[in-house]
Parts: sequence; C-alpha cells; structure tokens
Amino acid sequence: MSQETSATDLTREKAAANRQVLIQQIIRTVGMLPILILLGIAFQLMSGRFISPQNLSIVTQQASINTVLACGMTAVILTGGIDLSVGSILAASAMVAVIGSLIPDMGMIGIPLALFAGLVFGLINGSLVAFIGLPPFISTLGSLTAVRGVARLLGNDTTVFNSHLPFAFIGNGYLFGIPWLVIIAFLSVIVTWIILRRTVLGVHIYATGGNESAARLSGIKVWAVFLFVYGFSGLMAGLGGVMSAARLFAANGTQLGQSYELDAIAAVILGGTSFTGGVGSIWGTLIGALIIAVLSNGLVLIGVSDIWQYIIKGLVIIIAVALDRVRSQGGART
Amino acid sequence: MPSAPETTPILEMRGISKTFPGVKALANVELTVYPGEVHALMGENGAGKSTLMKILSGAYRADSGGELRINGEVIHIDGPLSAKTKGIAVIYQELSLSPNLTVAENIYLGRELSSGGQVDRARMRADCKGVLDRLGATFGPTTIVSTLSIAERQMVEIARAIHANARILVMDEPTTALSSRETDKLFDLIRTLRADGLAIIYISHRMAEVYELADRCSVLRDGSYVGTLTRDELNAETLVKMMVGRDLSKFYKKDHDAKGSRGEVILKVRDVSDGHRVRGCSLELHQGEVLCLAGLVGSGRTELARLIYGADTRKSGSIELDGKPLDINRPIQAVNAGIVYLTEDRKGQGLFLDMTVQENVNLQVIGRDASGGGFLNLRKARARAVDAIKALSIRVAGPIVEVGSLSGGNQQKVLLSRLLETRPRVLILDEPTRGVDIGAKSEIYRIIDDLVQAGVGVLVISSEMPEVVGIADRVLVMREGHIVGEVGGTTGIEITQENIIALAAGLAQPSAPAA
Repeated sequence: MSQETSATDLTREKAAANRQVLIQQIIRTVGMLPILILLGIAFQLMSGRFISPQNLSIVTQQASINTVLACGMTAVILTGGIDLSVGSILAASAMVAVIGSLIPDMGMIGIPLALFAGLVFGLINGSLVAFIGLPPFISTLGSLTAVRGVARLLGNDTTVFNSHLPFAFIGNGYLFGIPWLVIIAFLSVIVTWIILRRTVLGVHIYATGGNESAARLSGIKVWAVFLFVYGFSGLMAGLGGVMSAARLFAANGTQLGQSYELDAIAAVILGGTSFTGGVGSIWGTLIGALIIAVLSNGLVLIGVSDIWQYIIKGLVIIIAVALDRVRSQGGART
Repeated sequence: MPSAPETTPILEMRGISKTFPGVKALANVELTVYPGEVHALMGENGAGKSTLMKILSGAYRADSGGELRINGEVIHIDGPLSAKTKGIAVIYQELSLSPNLTVAENIYLGRELSSGGQVDRARMRADCKGVLDRLGATFGPTTIVSTLSIAERQMVEIARAIHANARILVMDEPTTALSSRETDKLFDLIRTLRADGLAIIYISHRMAEVYELADRCSVLRDGSYVGTLTRDELNAETLVKMMVGRDLSKFYKKDHDAKGSRGEVILKVRDVSDGHRVRGCSLELHQGEVLCLAGLVGSGRTELARLIYGADTRKSGSIELDGKPLDINRPIQAVNAGIVYLTEDRKGQGLFLDMTVQENVNLQVIGRDASGGGFLNLRKARARAVDAIKALSIRVAGPIVEVGSLSGGNQQKVLLSRLLETRPRVLILDEPTRGVDIGAKSEIYRIIDDLVQAGVGVLVISSEMPEVVGIADRVLVMREGHIVGEVGGTTGIEITQENIIALAAGLAQPSAPAA
C-alpha cells in the first residue's frame, strides 16, 4: 500500500515539475512584455495621445537605431562579454557614410563603406578578446575612446554634410507606409534571431557564454565565436551609423552616438539576457529597446522635465531587472 | 594511549542522518573523538565522509533526530559561524585564504582587531607571531600569502584555526598537494597539536598515513557507520574489508569477455608529459577493452587524459591512433579523430546547464548535421535527443528541459550521450560515476559494457576502488605523474583493491611491465 502511495506521489511530483518547467518557459519568453504594455496604457491614460498612428511611428523610429545596436550587443552579452564601443563605432561609421556619399556619381558607396568600417572596428575588438585574451570590458573601453578619436579625425573634427544624400530615404522615407528605419531594425532582429536560434554558430554563442571551459573542452572554436560576436556588433554599429547619417544628412564625430552603448546595454538587460552570458533572447532585447523608447517618448508627452526623465528611466531599468531577478529566483534550480 | 576511554569525548555525533533529494547520504552515523587523539576517518569516495564533516562544520544541516555533543554537552550547529565558535575548524584542501593579504591579515580575517576604528595591524602582527612560532613557521606575519608554498599556506590555515581557539581540527586529505618532506613536517605539526590536547579528525585515502598517524580509525560505507578500530587493530585487510564490505559482483555489469572482445591496439600513447604533473607516460588501449587508470587523487591521471585529448599542451611524447601518428593539440582534433573525453568536472567543464537536454546532447554533432550555411537541423536534433533519452534511460520530462534541473545521474547521462553521439572509437571517462546515485551508476556500467562489446576502447579514470575492480579488464596505476604498474590483463596479477592500493601508495615495488 505504501508503495502505491509513493507511486502516485511520484507521478504527481513529475506532473508538477512539468508544469513548473512550462510556466518558467512561458515567463522567460514573455519576459518584459507586460511592463511594455502597462507603460503604453499608462502613458495613453495620462497623455491621451500616446497610442496614435503618428506617435507610434515616432516611437518605433526612436527605437530603431538602438534596436540595431542592441542586436549586436545581445550576441556579445550572450557570450558573457560587453561592447562599450558601439556608440563610437556608430559615429565613425556615420562619418564614413557621409564622406563616402560625397563621392560624385557613386554616393551609395557610403553604405558599404560605413558597414565595412564598423565591421573592421568590431573585428579589432574581437581579436583583442579572442587572441590576446583581454577582458571585453577593457578592450572595448579602449576602443570606445580610440574610435571616438578616429571619428573626429575623419572629418578633421568638423561636421560633414551632404544635403543631397543619395540614401536619405533610409532615414526619412517609407515603404508601404512603414518607416525604412523601422524596417531595417526589424530585419536586424530577424537576422539576429536566425543566427542565434537557427545556426550552429548560434548554439556555439550560447554555449560559450553558458560555460566557456565546457565549450573549449567540447571542441568549440571559442576564438571564432568571440571574433564573430564583436565583428557582428561592429557591423550593427556600422548599420546604425548609416541610419543616423541618413536621418541627419550629416555626421559629427564628437557628438554622434554619445552614450548609445548604455541604451543598447540597457535594452539587452531589460530583455532578460543574463549579464554572465548563456541566457537570453533577441525578442527580449526588442522589447527592452521598445520600453526605453516608450519611456523617452511618453515622458515627453506627459510633460516631464528632461532632468526627471533621466531619473525615471534609470529607476525603471533598475526596478525592472530587480523584479526579473526575484522572479527567476523563484524558479531557481538546486 | 591519549584516548583513554574514561575521559569525556570532546566530540560525540550520534544518529546523524542526512537526506538529499533522492539520496540518503548518511544514515544513523556515529563518531566519537577524544581530546588528544588523531582520529582517522576512512571510506570510499561517496561513503559520506565529506558530508559528515560538512555537518560538523555547519555547511550542511543534519536531518533531525541526531545528536551532537561537545565535551558531553548537547549542542546545535546551525551554520559555519556557530561551528567556529564551538571550536570546530576545517582545514580545506583548496585553501580559503586571501592570497593578496598578509599572513596576519588572513589569520585575523573577519575578526580584525581595531583601535579607534582603525585596524590595529601592529597588535595583530604581534599576536600572530606567537602562534606562528609555536607551529614552527619559517615565515613571518607580514609575509604576503601568495608568496607562500601550498604547505606553508596550510600552516597559515592551521594557525588561523589555533588562533581562533579551535579544539577540533578537521583535515581533509591534507597531504594531496604536499611533497614527502612537507608531509613529514605536517605530521610533526599534527603530533604537536595532539600533544597539546587538540582532537584531529584526519581524512585520507592513504593507508600509510593512517598507520603512521592515527590513534583510532572510523570507517564509513555507503553513508553508514561500519565501526571503529584502535591503533592495534589497524591493518590493511580489516580496513579494506570494512570499507568495501558488500558483494559487488552483480552490480558491475561485465558481459563482455575480456579476452574475446579485445581487439587490436587502437590508441598508443608514448612517453607523454606536460613537464609538470605528467612525466613520461606510455600506454596502449585496445579495441573492446576497459582499461582503468587508478591512482591517488593528484597522481596525474586527469592531466594525462587531458593531454591525450588535446585539452592541455603536450611538452613531449606522441599519440598514435590505429598505428598512425595523430596530431592532437586541441580537443576538436581529438573529437574529429574519434577520441572523446568525459570530464570529471561535470558542471564546471562538461555541461551547459542553462541549455536544454536537446542542445546538450547535440552540441558536438550539430556541425555534422547542419545544412549548407550552418543552419541547424532541428528535426534531426530532436530525434537524436529523444533517442538518447530512451537509450540511456535519462529521466526527464522531454528534450526541451534545461539540463541544470536534472539530478546528477541524469546530468551525467546527458553528458555521456553527447559524447556518444559523435560515435567515438576511444572513450576516455574521468570519474564517470562521481556524484551519481546507485541506480544511474549501474546503468552507466551497462553503457560502458555495451560500448566495449561494440568494439570501442574505453579508458576509465576512477578513484573508486570497487568500481575499478568491478569494471576493469586491465588497470594501470599512476603515482606522482608516472605509470608505476599494471594489474590484470596479461600480467597475471589479479585485479584486487590491495594490489592496486599497494602500487598507488608506493608500498610495493612496481610490478614488472607486461611482456
């Protein structure tokens, strides 16, 4: 008889465990979406004009460049690293884009040149991490400063303009009524998702971040993973540079992209990606980037002063991640 | 004898039990220690020694029902701090010192003296000097710990314990990393402490040390208390019998006939060394045999395996597979050649705990299964995972469950199936059943047996003697970086615990190498 009870106990336990696994997976997938929705509702109630087609279009455009940067940042943070240099790379690439666009009759070459510049800077970061073994924080902190200098050097420390920018449509045009910026950002998310979830490389990124020594021992080319994620992050920053240049018809090596890396990191962290690597998703990052854009936009709409916007944004990030921590501890494994 | 029975024991543990989810680690264990004695605690790996000591030191809490007395008084230990205040100190193997601080700062760590809000370093130094002198230290209180040898650091740990008025000192395999001269010094120190009336609980696998030091010796087996021997009763035969005790013939599955299934030499390792822990080791592994590498912890077995696998850098020597020289400098080269390695550090270096069973099982073959641009073949991955779960009877709700949520035995099976998916020809298993429950253990033995019957060459590193005796066709014994002998196979020497231990501990001359 006692055996019977223990058997039913066991099945009950197993069912409960299954349910717990399922709930955990749902929570992880949904992530911060409820907070995004709550913020949207709150701003609508307070301002009365948050949820309008025009405003939503503005919000998504505001989110677009940060989303692109955050795509690269997600890959980097998934390996347990960090890329502090994306803002500077964005500035340098934007300079390259505008300068390239000034070449007569082949101004479109500004786009590939900018992307290439971003990729090269990213690969330098990756090499420092992969081959010299520098901590990512330090190597990208170095390039944050150095690449900023390169950006200023490119325009002889002036702002470069091109009022006839051949790819201006990227920053200001629409396709089927959707801003090009938003389309590019969404495509970046899709491409990142495919890389992370549908390729061998993606599994290796998660594996490297989850347990680097196990990754090495199982024969994963950890150096290639590092080289890729920093190169990818640089490339995304290059794309961000093209988007910025296209929006402004201009680029300035000193001001452009200042502290963009912090918004990108905030988006990734809000999206539930673990800072130690190995856990996270690109959809979370997208939601994180949207939360940041919604906050910026909504706080302006309800007339909060600039100073308080900073304070509130910072607090929201801290509280959101703290909630996440508490939540994930609830389902912590033994 | 210092342990006159009429004196009050300094420590009495009675009816101590400890249950972990799914495993009963200790059942009704007792231990009585008198002041002024060195009390050896022996048992196989997994017998419960460490668990018992963790209960004593407050790292674990025992199940209710047991009783713990110090100097006859019933006490409760509800954390590491409360154990410390009751005079219990544990000298850890991987020492718990801060290497960047001075000896004095380490000794006072957490109990810093201060005057007027400032750390009073002068007084701390002066105080430490006395303890260090008493222990015969050749270094002073201002020495930075990182400049000290392992033996000296151990002495700092002991000094810290003495300084905190410890009366019961637990030493867990303290000589593992020591040279023989350092060991002698440590033994002198232990004798001094014993003369001072401290009780020392000494955990070691080395019989010779136990003979030399112990006044009494208690033996645990499978989480139960077997008995206590006095110094006069101590001998290898009795001890081994007490430690092993059970009939293991059915537990270890060995359906393959060593002579029948053994084929050609598949892996030949010649004179491999890393210039440090492995000093010129050669071995031959045949198809269809289980070759065990036995030896004490720290004898260089894991290091040798990692050299063969290409995980560490080889200084000299060569490796041949099927008679052809093999260039192995990185794990990927070994994997591609058909050699895989199961790490002893499952969580640290083996599994990806945040990833699913499916991802873990497929990790090393996704590249092979992938289509053109490196896109995953998720259908195949799922099929592989489902098959592996069935084949190795991994108890899990489904393939999309994080590995970190599984029990130790099931985690080990996931790791093993990841290696098996690569269809290896040589399987190196480092402590394949460490931290694994009995049921999973016997299943892992079954898997090994099946593989051997299929012609795979299996090299097993194990510190569990009964396991070695139970599954090995041939045993090589390592000591201090050398392969010092062989038992079983064509040597004519029977694979027994005594023969292996004798070689591992250096008690007997190495047997003549097989012709």
